[in-house]
Amino acid sequence: MATQDSQPADGLMAAPAASGKPAASDLGGTRHARAAARLMMAPAVILLLGWMLVPLTMTLYFSFKKYLPLRGGDLGWVGFDNYVRFVSSSAFWPSVQATLVIVGGVLAITVVLGVGLAILLNQPMWGQGIVRVLVIAPFFVMPTVSALVWKNMFMDPVNGLLAHLWKAFGAEPLVWLTQASTQSIILIVSWQWLPFATLILLTAIQSLDREQLEAAEMDGAPPHKRFAFITLPHLSRAITVVVLIQTIFLLSIFAEIFVTTQGAFGTKTLTYLIFQRVLESQNIGLGSAGGVYAIILANIVAIFLMRIVGKNLDA
Amino acid sequence: MGRITLDQVSKRFGDVEVIPPLDLTIEDGEFTVFVGPSGCGKTTLLRLIAGLEDVSAGQIRIDKQDATMVPPSKRGLAMVFQSYALYPHMSVRKNIAFPMRMAKIPADEPTRRIDAAAKALNLTDYLDRRPGQLSGGQRQRVAIGRAIVREPSAFLFDEPLSNLDAALRVGMRLEISELHERLETTMIYVTHDQVEAMTMADKIVVLHAGVIEQVGSPLELYHTPRNKFVAGFIGSPKMNFIEGEEAAKFDAHTIGIRPEHIEVSGEEGAWSGVVSVSEHLGSDTFFHVHNTGLAETITVRAGGEVGFRHGDLIFLTPRSDVIHRFDAQGLRIA
Repeated sequence: MATQDSQPADGLMAAPAASGKPAASDLGGTRHARAAARLMMAPAVILLLGWMLVPLTMTLYFSFKKYLPLRGGDLGWVGFDNYVRFVSSSAFWPSVQATLVIVGGVLAITVVLGVGLAILLNQPMWGQGIVRVLVIAPFFVMPTVSALVWKNMFMDPVNGLLAHLWKAFGAEPLVWLTQASTQSIILIVSWQWLPFATLILLTAIQSLDREQLEAAEMDGAPPHKRFAFITLPHLSRAITVVVLIQTIFLLSIFAEIFVTTQGAFGTKTLTYLIFQRVLESQNIGLGSAGGVYAIILANIVAIFLMRIVGKNLDA
Repeated sequence: MGRITLDQVSKRFGDVEVIPPLDLTIEDGEFTVFVGPSGCGKTTLLRLIAGLEDVSAGQIRIDKQDATMVPPSKRGLAMVFQSYALYPHMSVRKNIAFPMRMAKIPADEPTRRIDAAAKALNLTDYLDRRPGQLSGGQRQRVAIGRAIVREPSAFLFDEPLSNLDAALRVGMRLEISELHERLETTMIYVTHDQVEAMTMADKIVVLHAGVIEQVGSPLELYHTPRNKFVAGFIGSPKMNFIEGEEAAKFDAHTIGIRPEHIEVSGEEGAWSGVVSVSEHLGSDTFFHVHNTGLAETITVRAGGEVGFRHGDLIFLTPRSDVIHRFDAQGLRIA
């Protein structure tokens, strides 16, 4: 018995070795095919590379210059001045804080509600297909449109739906975007990103082996413990992916702030600050330095994301 | 203690009656095997006993207590699943400890039980590994370990060996039988493999379309099958069935004769035919004989090496004392 068992399942060991290296790469025909493939991929790769490299290089170039389009134009090299000024301005730390609060708030709401919705949508029910399409719908609404809809139809203190709801209970309607500006933006953005989280988590939950839950049930685990010990660990990787992908996109939210508060009432995020530096203050050098900070921040998150997604693909 | 009684238990999914009302008693300490072809309701029956499915009617009693409405975790049964259902994110130790963690068994007791189970199942060296790092047989043993530590009144096995290769299956079969000898706990084992049923069971329950065809010890089923279905299902290779004139000689609609109960000869015999395929196993030789005028194929098992080849004329003589007789409904004629 022991000798038969001691070798691990063949499939597990053999698969990476077989797929890691294309076996036929030494053959002439294959080499030819690979050269042709490279040639055909080249236009797309060059286009994408140019698309990325040109703005990146220009941002780096301007970030070392004093460049004020309406006040003298290019005023020469200034070294790291812009970088120092961007960080030492009084608006910088509040903007970092606003960014973290908004990103963190949206992540918390979308992950918690996303897990809940995914579990609900995984239950067999009548009209499942339609319900799933409806749940995904908000993701297809453009950020500008959704922010305008929320601002004018829900949060308007006179005509908004929420104002009517408040009045129905005899309460004074809230001036959402002034009194609870950060929360309002978190609400709008969460509404947009909840479908994404739900979708990823739903597909993850569907791959959970039903027998594992039944085994836990036989082992004496009540529903909340089955969730905590079986379902949640199974979802952990999907949750990580949701958190990282959303973080990258949430760091750059702009339209929602632009059409609602215009960065007022503590909703000035890092992205919005850069926009103000470039377009409102007409200081391209300073804005570019901020842009480079944002690139560094996004890349730190991206590195983690690549590692985890990569691990996911290996497993 | 683990005496399980099913009283008029039935199960329907919507309009489909999967299991018509049936009665069954499983004695304490007995190794009972549910066997039958795919879709015969044997797994459903096991899940009803486990409590993972609700019965549509009838009563399940465990040790004289009505357990029909008792949730699975309170029935004192442990189940080993076909897919093993190990928790992939937990180490082997934590997998085995899980039932005790849920039952809040205090202090040192879990460690003692885990070590005992690991020793009994040869898992001591693997306790800190994850299920993904184990082979099929080891996973199987972890699943059994997780069941043992609960000290249940009965074990339920749902086709536990069907994911293993043939050699491992024989080994695990022995291990489970030994485990039963040692623990003397009631075990209910579901399989579609009649060899597993014959080798392991104290009592075999043959199921067909949700109906119990026969209950009995392996040899009872072999020697006195109650009907044609049981006769054909138990025994390998399958029993030969002969209808018509030849059966009428025995006052029966159909007669059944097992391959091992037919003598072969090159010169003379009661029946004759042409060898179509001969399978040489060394210890035995199987002949598939055509053109006998009795049935399409007659399978014969001869001991040792017998040298008939494809196309040879062969004479067959059934041993008249072990011929099974069945009436038009397929029931045994005593």
